[in-house]
Amino acid sequence: MNNLEKYNATFIEVFGVTVEQLSDLTFQSISQWDSIGHMQLIASLEAAFEIMMDTDDLMDFNSYDRGKEIMNKYDIKI
Amino acid sequence: MTYFNHLDKYAEQIALVDESGADQTYAAILADGDEIAAKIGRRCLVFLNCSNCFESVTAYLGCLRAGVVPVLLSTSLDPALLNDLLDNYRPTFVFGPEAMFRGRDFREVFRFREYLLAATGYEPDYGLHDDLALMLTTSGSTGSPKLVRQSYRNIQANTESIIEYLGISLEDRAITTLPMHYTYGLSILNSHLASGARVILTEASVTDRAFWKLLREEQATTFGGVPYIYEMLKKLRFETMETPSLRYLTQAGGRLDAVLLRELCDICEDKGLRFIVMYGQTEATARMSWLPWERAREKSESIGLAIPGGRFWLADEEIEPIKEPGMVGELVYDGPNVTLGYAESRHDLARGDERGGRLFTGDLAKCDEEGFYYIVGRKKRFLKLFGSRINLDELENLLNREGYLCACTGSDDQLVIFFEGLDEQRAQVELFLSERLKLNRGGFKVRLIQAIPRNEAGKMLYAALPL
Repeated sequence: MNNLEKYNATFIEVFGVTVEQLSDLTFQSISQWDSIGHMQLIASLEAAFEIMMDTDDLMDFNSYDRGKEIMNKYDIKI
Repeated sequence: MTYFNHLDKYAEQIALVDESGADQTYAAILADGDEIAAKIGRRCLVFLNCSNCFESVTAYLGCLRAGVVPVLLSTSLDPALLNDLLDNYRPTFVFGPEAMFRGRDFREVFRFREYLLAATGYEPDYGLHDDLALMLTTSGSTGSPKLVRQSYRNIQANTESIIEYLGISLEDRAITTLPMHYTYGLSILNSHLASGARVILTEASVTDRAFWKLLREEQATTFGGVPYIYEMLKKLRFETMETPSLRYLTQAGGRLDAVLLRELCDICEDKGLRFIVMYGQTEATARMSWLPWERAREKSESIGLAIPGGRFWLADEEIEPIKEPGMVGELVYDGPNVTLGYAESRHDLARGDERGGRLFTGDLAKCDEEGFYYIVGRKKRFLKLFGSRINLDELENLLNREGYLCACTGSDDQLVIFFEGLDEQRAQVELFLSERLKLNRGGFKVRLIQAIPRNEAGKMLYAALPL
């Protein structure tokens, strides 16, 4: 699995969405991505990519697209 | 007398602040609340949509001051479940955002900011007992028809007690982290308004930068949190955040992991904050116990002591009090905040007090030599999902009604549902749980099972499930 596949699979697993929905996903755009879902997403991404995100990045991670940029800061090219 | 009839003395104080920084004095919310109540015009039942905004709080106060009985409902309640509640309780009015009325034949009576007051047209075929002040749901958004009936005396007694043990003053400013239809969120609102303090209203969560900005700008002195919120705070590295205005934090809504509690005690000590663990249930209005903060580290597994005005004891199988320390029994609470009882439909609303000030909590507990109580298990089949109580039998019935044969089990924040069905249907069950019942997806797992283990009488054998 490449990084994009891994990144996508994490969203799909945590939120139960389809791959088609991914590009539009933002924080609170679906009921599953609430604050609880957010922490689960972060925990799952951290586990999948073996990273630890900073508090600032955790709060800035507010969309599927923005998340890709944030992952970049941890040398995860997506 | 109840506090909401004595708020005029705080007239010039600021009562509420919202996310935009706009504020409302006590005089303003009392005048607005009384106007809403005047449009309602009589003692009757009202469904009140609850969000942390001026509208909901103002209408709530107006209702209580005028003897109107509100049912406090979650904004995220599914429309079909709201319909069931409407049919079952036939409120005379509903108050909420326009979306709450879409497709319904209700008549708009009054508009207050973004919310509407609408007459439902239902002819009341039921009575309201004189003591009945308000009703809360037992499990947030699952739409269970079972409501808890709270009296004016319940609310007043619990509010006074909370103010006393937390030492809430006019100077306090509580920022919301919980919805007001949830008993813990409501108790924070009540205890601060009764003190002439300020409540900072926000829907932003602690994972949102806007929450911390508001907390700093409005100089919040306190907030409350369920265990999950404190897990988030740890992950967010709360210890590194600038929060100079905070004075104390409270925790309730389920048991906090003892290791995390000790960590939080350390963090709060470094920040000069008090950390106060509490225990309660909607059936006891809100709070039953508190753990004095100086003892939190050494008694990290404890729910603490009964609140002022209340008393705990442990009942054995024959409901006789257990005297020896360390022996386990059902935790029983006696106090003026023990609610009247439940309602299953509108025909229960004429009923008076059915508990006589005594609540059998359903929790199994023990007590140490110093009188500190410890929860060790549960008598009834329920678990906590991110602070909300889920009755597992009720959930099974709901799933059954949809045609899904399931056995529900698991532990706090990890509900496991064994589904006796086809793999193709699993997604439907998951959708029902997340979309209709609004259960958080990460909080449950649906697992397929060929046949749910049962005894000869057909009763499910939960212990035999392959957990």
